[in-house]
Parts: sequence; C-alpha cells; structure tokens
Amino acid sequence: MTRLSVPKTYKLYIGGAFPRSESGRTYPVTGPKGEFLAHAASASRKDSRDAVVAARAAQPGWVGASAYNRGQVLYRIAEMLEGRAQQFTDEILAQRGGRRTLAAAEVESAIDAWVWYAGWADKYAQVAGNANPVAGPYFTLSTPEPTGVVAVVAPQDSALLGLVCVVAPAIVSGNAVVAVAAESAPLSAISLAEVLATSDLPPGVVNILTGAPAQIAPWLASHADVNALDLTGAGSLEWVDLEVAAAETLTRVRRPEPGVPPLTLERITALTEVKTVWHPKSTR
Amino acid sequence: MGFLDYAPAPESASILSLRPEYGLFVDGEFVDGHGEPFVTISPATEERIAQVARADERDVDAAVAAARRAYERTWSRMSGTDRGKYLFRIARLVQERARELAVAESLDNGKPIRESRDVDIPLVAAWFFYYAGWADKLEYAGLGPRPRPLGVAAQVIPWNFPLLMAAWKIAPALAAGNTVVLKPAETTPLTALLLAEILQQADLPPGVVNILTGAGETGRTLVAHPGVDKVAFTGSTAVGRQIARAVAGTGRRLTLELGGKAANIVFDDAPLDEAVEGIVNGIFFNQGHVCCAGSRLLVQESIHDEVLDRLKRRLATLRLGDPLDKNTDIGAINSAEQLERIRELSAAGEQEGATRWSPECAIPDRGFWFAPTIFDGVTTSSRIAREEVFGPVLSVLTFRTLAEAVAKANNTPYGLSAGIWSEKGSRILAIADQLRAGVVWANTFNRFDPAAPFGGYKESGYGREGGRHGLHPYLSPSTLATPPAMIDTTGVTGSAATRASASARSAASGRGGKGNGK
Repeated sequence: MTRLSVPKTYKLYIGGAFPRSESGRTYPVTGPKGEFLAHAASASRKDSRDAVVAARAAQPGWVGASAYNRGQVLYRIAEMLEGRAQQFTDEILAQRGGRRTLAAAEVESAIDAWVWYAGWADKYAQVAGNANPVAGPYFTLSTPEPTGVVAVVAPQDSALLGLVCVVAPAIVSGNAVVAVAAESAPLSAISLAEVLATSDLPPGVVNILTGAPAQIAPWLASHADVNALDLTGAGSLEWVDLEVAAAETLTRVRRPEPGVPPLTLERITALTEVKTVWHPKSTR
Repeated sequence: MGFLDYAPAPESASILSLRPEYGLFVDGEFVDGHGEPFVTISPATEERIAQVARADERDVDAAVAAARRAYERTWSRMSGTDRGKYLFRIARLVQERARELAVAESLDNGKPIRESRDVDIPLVAAWFFYYAGWADKLEYAGLGPRPRPLGVAAQVIPWNFPLLMAAWKIAPALAAGNTVVLKPAETTPLTALLLAEILQQADLPPGVVNILTGAGETGRTLVAHPGVDKVAFTGSTAVGRQIARAVAGTGRRLTLELGGKAANIVFDDAPLDEAVEGIVNGIFFNQGHVCCAGSRLLVQESIHDEVLDRLKRRLATLRLGDPLDKNTDIGAINSAEQLERIRELSAAGEQEGATRWSPECAIPDRGFWFAPTIFDGVTTSSRIAREEVFGPVLSVLTFRTLAEAVAKANNTPYGLSAGIWSEKGSRILAIADQLRAGVVWANTFNRFDPAAPFGGYKESGYGREGGRHGLHPYLSPSTLATPPAMIDTTGVTGSAATRASASARSAASGRGGKGNGK
C-alpha cells in the first residue's frame, strides 16, 4: 500500500518568515501538461511594502558583517542547496518538464553560481576600488559599497538559476533584496527561501515574492525606500513605465536582459556606490 | 585704513579680447544660431559682456549630426595615442591661457578671481591632462580587454563651475572615444566659448566637440535627441528627475550629478582652528554655489558656543565685493533668479524660528549679492536644513552622540558629500563607513582632483566623475563572463547534460558584452 504524500504549502518569504499574502490571494501553479501542482501566494502591494521594510531593517547588519562572513554565508547557501539538489531537480521537472539531466544541470549551475559569488565577497572592493593619487598631501581611497535595498524582477523563463543569478550578486556586497520570482514557476523560489532560511543568512536580507510581476513591480519601482531596481527579468512587462516610476527618487535602474544572466563582476558593482574618502597627511 | 582694510587689487579685464557676439560652435566652426540670441552679463555689475546665440531644434540636429560624423569617420577610428595627444594639447593651451580664462570666468560667473585662478582653471588643465593619459590605456580601466565608446554624448552643465564642469564632461568622454555636444548654462556661456577657440587652436577634428549655448529648452531638446547615445547632466535634482524620465526606455546611458545637502560634522575633539577654516571653505567657497557644499553644520553640543564664536569672528574678516579683486573672498551671486531663491529660503529659515546672523558687510549698489549668513538653532525639519539653498547660508544643528550625528547627517534624500572633523582616526573611519555620501572629507572639505572619483548616493544622482571610475560612464564593457550559470534554461537548443558542456557553451556565449545599466 503506497503512502499518501504530504504536499507543501508554498507561501511568501518576508523578513525570514513565511507568511501568506495579506491579500489572502493565491494562484494555481501547473505543470507542463496543465496538471495542478500547488497554490502559490499572490503578493500584494502591502506584501511588497512589508518586504521593503524587512529589507531596509536587515541591510545595515548585513553590510556590517565582515566580507569574510558574508562570503561564508553565501557558500553555506551552496552547501544547503547541494544537500537538497534532488528535491530542486524534481521541482523544476514538475514545473517545467523536459529532461531530468537538464533540470539537474540547472540545480548544479545554481549551486556553482552561489560558490562563484561567495568568493567575491572579500575581493570585489579590491578590484573595483582604488587609491587616488591626488595632487596634494591627502590620503584618498575610493571603494564600492552596497547601494542599499534592491528590488529585482527575476528572469521569468527560469525556475531557479535565473533567480540565483540576480540575487547572489546583489547580496554579496551587502545589499538587501526584494525579489519577484518567476510567475509561472514560483515553487523553486520558495524552496530556495527555505534554503536561505537555514543558511545563517540574516532574516530580511532576501525577501521573495510570488505572484504577477506586472502587479507587484510597479509598487517596488515607485517605492521611495528602494535604492536600485534590477529589471533583468522584466522584458515582457511594461518596463519603461517602471523606469519612469523609478526616476522619481533617482532609483538606479538596470534594464531588462533576455535569458539567464552570466556570472559577472559587473553584476556586483552595478549595485554598488563608489565612496571617496579624503584625509590630509601631516607631520604635525 | 585699519589693518584689515586692503587697498583694491583688481585683476585687469584688459587681458580679455572678447568678441561682441558669439555663435554656436558646430563642426569646428562658429555658426549663427536659429534661436533668439541672448546677452550674458556680469552678475557683479549687471553690465553686458557679450551677445550669445541660442540653439534651437535645427541647431541641435546639426550639432548631433556633426558629432555623429566625427565619431564614425574620425574619432572612433583614431588611435588612443592620438586622442590622448589632442587632450594633452588642450591641457597645455588651457595652462597657457589660464589667466585670461580665470578673468573671463570671474567676470561671467561672479566668483572671486582667487578661486577661478587657484582652483577652477588649474583643475580644468589637470582634468584634461589626467584623462589624456587614459586614452591609450582603456583596457586597464577595469571594463575588460576591449571596452568600446558609446558614440555621441549629450552633456548639460551648470553655472557654478562653468569651465570646470565642461572639462569634467568633455575630457573623459573624448578619452574614451566618444564625441560630444555640450550645452553650457544660460548665465555662464563665456568660458565654454573660449574653450571652443582653444579646441580650434588644438586643431581638434571638426565635430568632435560641439558647443550649443541656450537655456533650458535647448538642454531639453539635446538630452531627448534620438541621435545621442549617452546623456550626462550636472544640475538640480528636479531637472535630473525630468531627464531620467525622458531617457527611460531609450536604452541611452545616463549619469546625473545633482544636488546635495552635506553635513559637516564637528566633534568635540576636533582641531578647531582647522575645523573653522573647513566650515568656512565648506559653505562660503564659491558663494555656496556648490552642490557638495557643507551646508549643514552638525556640531557636538558641548563645543557649540565656542565653534559659533570662532566662526563669527572668522566671518567678520571675509571680504565681499568685486570678483576681479584679488582680495575678495565672497563674490557675486550668479543671477537675480538665484538671489531670489536664497532670499526666499533665508526668510523661511527665520519664519521657522532659526536665529539669523551675518557679519557687518557692505553690499555693492549694483549686481547680485548676499552676505555670508549663519542660521543657528535649526531643526531637522526646517526647510533650510532640508532644501538645497545653493548660496552662502549655513544651517547649524547640534548633536550629542556619535549615533545621533550619523542619523542626522543621513537624514536627507541627498547623498553627495559629507565632512568629519575629529582627531580620532578610528572614529573618523567608522563614521565614514556609515555616511551615505559619495565623497567624505575628513579634516578637510571641498577637495577636488581629477584622480579622485566624485558623485552621489540617493537623490544626488548616479555615476562618478573623476578617476578610473569616471571613464566607466563613457565606455561599454567587454564583459568577462564566467561559465557555470550559462545553462540554457529555455531548453530550446543543445544539451547541458554535463557540467563540462554547460561550461564550454557559456564560455562561448558569455562574450560580446552585456552590461547596460548605469
């Protein structure tokens, strides 16, 4: 006699907790043949704002952690994901279909992406910053630091890897993130949240919203406490309107890109600000 | 004559040989504009300096077309070495004509000749010299092995440092291989037009730099022109917002250097003599027409009275008057419009309960003037603590603890600059980390150098000018993409069954450069 399985309730990930949407709304997630898999939460305006509040609260502590510490936390995420690779492969297959080897490769690539970005934590400032040889008796350094709270629309054609490839470069420098998951395959994103929640990542550093990006993204784009808007996965939305909304508070905007973005240092530095510090030199 | 009274020591305007009328500088030549010409005046005397052409849509079209031709046929094909040599030539010509440029700047802008002579013009030459050396070294700028120029850059600059802002914009753009259409501010077009003469003397190929004079409408037309690839603006946050909206969705790259409301934090262990000089330099340099001016003095409560006393004594020695006089510390306010804004905000400061103080100070009969002013007892919610005055007006607030100082300093939508005064190095470094500002001056203020990146956080804009970072807004990176992530998740092509094959494909497809964004 086969055992009756215990299906998971998929909810949002805000401030380290897994709340339902305050709107009480959900939508059905289906597999490639239209079969019902689960309900996902439809994040509302209120959920978006709660997520920004959680991100803002978490950001100073996260950037205040040492770069070595942040690197270890990102690496820990890779370790946790590795241990649950099977589950993630199954979940991608259920949502997307296709060959098992492809789904497994996506999970492996996601693990390796965490490892790659983990290593940058204590290096990116060395590569992207420098001393300034000014014409005077001053010690001056320019170093990148995180821009603050970043809202991200994850690639919509990828269940797991796309999300990892936009979130990891954002948080490695010390940003806190509110990510809008792929609408049609949100289950991997919420399972990733479970990995994040068990990887010593401080609550609120990553917040994940599921639902319709077209409905959620405008609230994030116009939010005055969002410092940067990464529209990588927003190519099919009315993204120009989002960029216009972001202009109101001079929010930094990264424009849409097709597919899953490659791993680049530029993805890290694009979400940082360069700070130049001067101090006089004197023998007195 | 008391010992603080100085005999006049005016710099002579006779070094200038200005023309009565100036056209637009398009495709290497001065041409007539199609708009209604306007007059630029000296803000110190309200006397006419010259008549200047106004560029309309047709002129913008012609200038952008000239810049495009120059980009495609000449500048983007030229070796970096040769581009650099042109920039070196410009730097040298600026040095050779430095005295003339300083006089012209003070005449047109109203700033003291001491500043235009010792700060503005030397920095202009330094800026061209610095970026000249980058032109043949772009592969070392940190953007991959073959960074590419963007094309035609539309650049709109303000009136507070007219020629210096032109240099900040033109030098990195040209070094990176772009061509330029520059619009100087309506009230300060003069030195940009003298720069056009210098560009002719340097034999810079026609169209590489085009200079369009005009007002806001000319600037709006330029930044919205479909023929430009890059927009760079320095000016108010309000206009920066409009430009960000106008550029949205066009794919054009944008850098903005906007307003500020810098905190200058003075701790009780600060070297007070230096700090007082730094406070004065921070807010009264260039009549406070400085986006990074230290306009909010945050002084630790225990030394508030002593700092204010010293500050008032120092302010009483500042000399306000003829910008061309070498003894002058405070020059003229740049325009009647700006003077009105300073008066309006100062009146608001009084209405909101702050205590206003200015030294005894004779104000000339003609021209636009505003005495150096301190507001004490300012609250964080007051307009003069929140809004950019852009004039010689200092708001004084107090704090008790380090945490309070940081919180108050960051309590602004701006984030351009900040100052810290303390003898305690560990405290300075800890606070520098916590300040949300692009430039932090510790035990100094208002230092600028072409090797040092400058630019804002938050609503003070984005992008950096100066240094290696100042090249990035004018280059498209040849991205170094790293393998593991490039599996094809759409499942349409190929197979990534093994990690090795996934890696190989991503290495192949990762080149070619992504990285738009700002």
